[in-house]
Amino acid sequence: MNAIKFLIAAYIATWLIHGVYIGSLVQRFIRLRRELKELAKGK
Amino acid sequence: MKRLFPILSVLTAIFLAYTLYLALGKDTPTDAQQGDVYRIIYYHVPSAWTAFLLFFINFIASIQYLASKKPSTQAAAKWVVIVVGVVGVIACFLPPVQKLLPVGMRPSAVATTVLLIPIFYFLIGKFFPGDSLDVLAVTTAEVGVVFCTIVLVTGPIWARPVWGIWWAPGDIRLTSTLVLWLIYVSYLMLRRFSNSAQTQMLAAALAVFGALDVPLVYFSIWFFRTQHPQPVIGGGGSMDPRMLHVLVISWMAFLCFAFLVCWSRFRLELLHREVEAAHAMESLVGAGVAATASLPLNRSSR
Repeated sequence: MNAIKFLIAAYIATWLIHGVYIGSLVQRFIRLRRELKELAKGK
Repeated sequence: MKRLFPILSVLTAIFLAYTLYLALGKDTPTDAQQGDVYRIIYYHVPSAWTAFLLFFINFIASIQYLASKKPSTQAAAKWVVIVVGVVGVIACFLPPVQKLLPVGMRPSAVATTVLLIPIFYFLIGKFFPGDSLDVLAVTTAEVGVVFCTIVLVTGPIWARPVWGIWWAPGDIRLTSTLVLWLIYVSYLMLRRFSNSAQTQMLAAALAVFGALDVPLVYFSIWFFRTQHPQPVIGGGGSMDPRMLHVLVISWMAFLCFAFLVCWSRFRLELLHREVEAAHAMESLVGAGVAATASLPLNRSSR
């Protein structure tokens, strides 16, 4: 049984989930900053 | 403050890389029965502990938020928390209560956990006044869900080669963890899609009930027959000290990482509220202009 591939899969999955979440945070930051700038321009 | 975040991020990245080196290194012994696949524990268990801690903070912040709405409730909650802390710690060392504790569980470990309730309550109340309690609650719930997702993903990946199955249907540890994840996902959905003025209060109430599942998840392996392995610490576990050392270091690294992610999420929530306030202000100004423009017409129509 080649169990090492499960170990690697678990570690990759962990960082993939963290990566996707951090990516979503960055995207939301960029969108909100842009929105705030547009609101400031509108004034 | 602006420089602190990148510095801490670099330090945490180094710490996590060191943890990975330890977790996969030859100095850390291989499990005699499971082989190298047991090393999933160095990501699975710290993620679970971090998720529990974040849900616990969410629970305390939610209680604080609910109590903060009325000064009399706030004072009553303060005393309830003090009483829970004092009585809980004393009770843990009374022989009749000790008999109720599962075999192998140290009363000092339970007392320490109980003591964390008043400590966290007052610390959170001091550093997160007013609406920032709600910001903290949503932050810890979201980051907690991410860590809980990792627990639910890495668990089956470990179970497949060790148990021969991905998931043990009906197992109380697995099911209660899944229920915990679902509760907090529904908490986030409620916050995301509800536009009611009562959303924050409803979410706080849901969080208080949701947090009750955390002790069930934690204690399930003591009180019920379960396929899940027995606890590694605080319950008479027999883990090799070298493995335990790596596990604790790994948890510290994940705590640092969770702190940074929470910090970012907290700032994001503040920015989100700032944008919402700006939108509301813009609508008010727009409505004010419209009302001023329509005022003479209204008067003349009388």
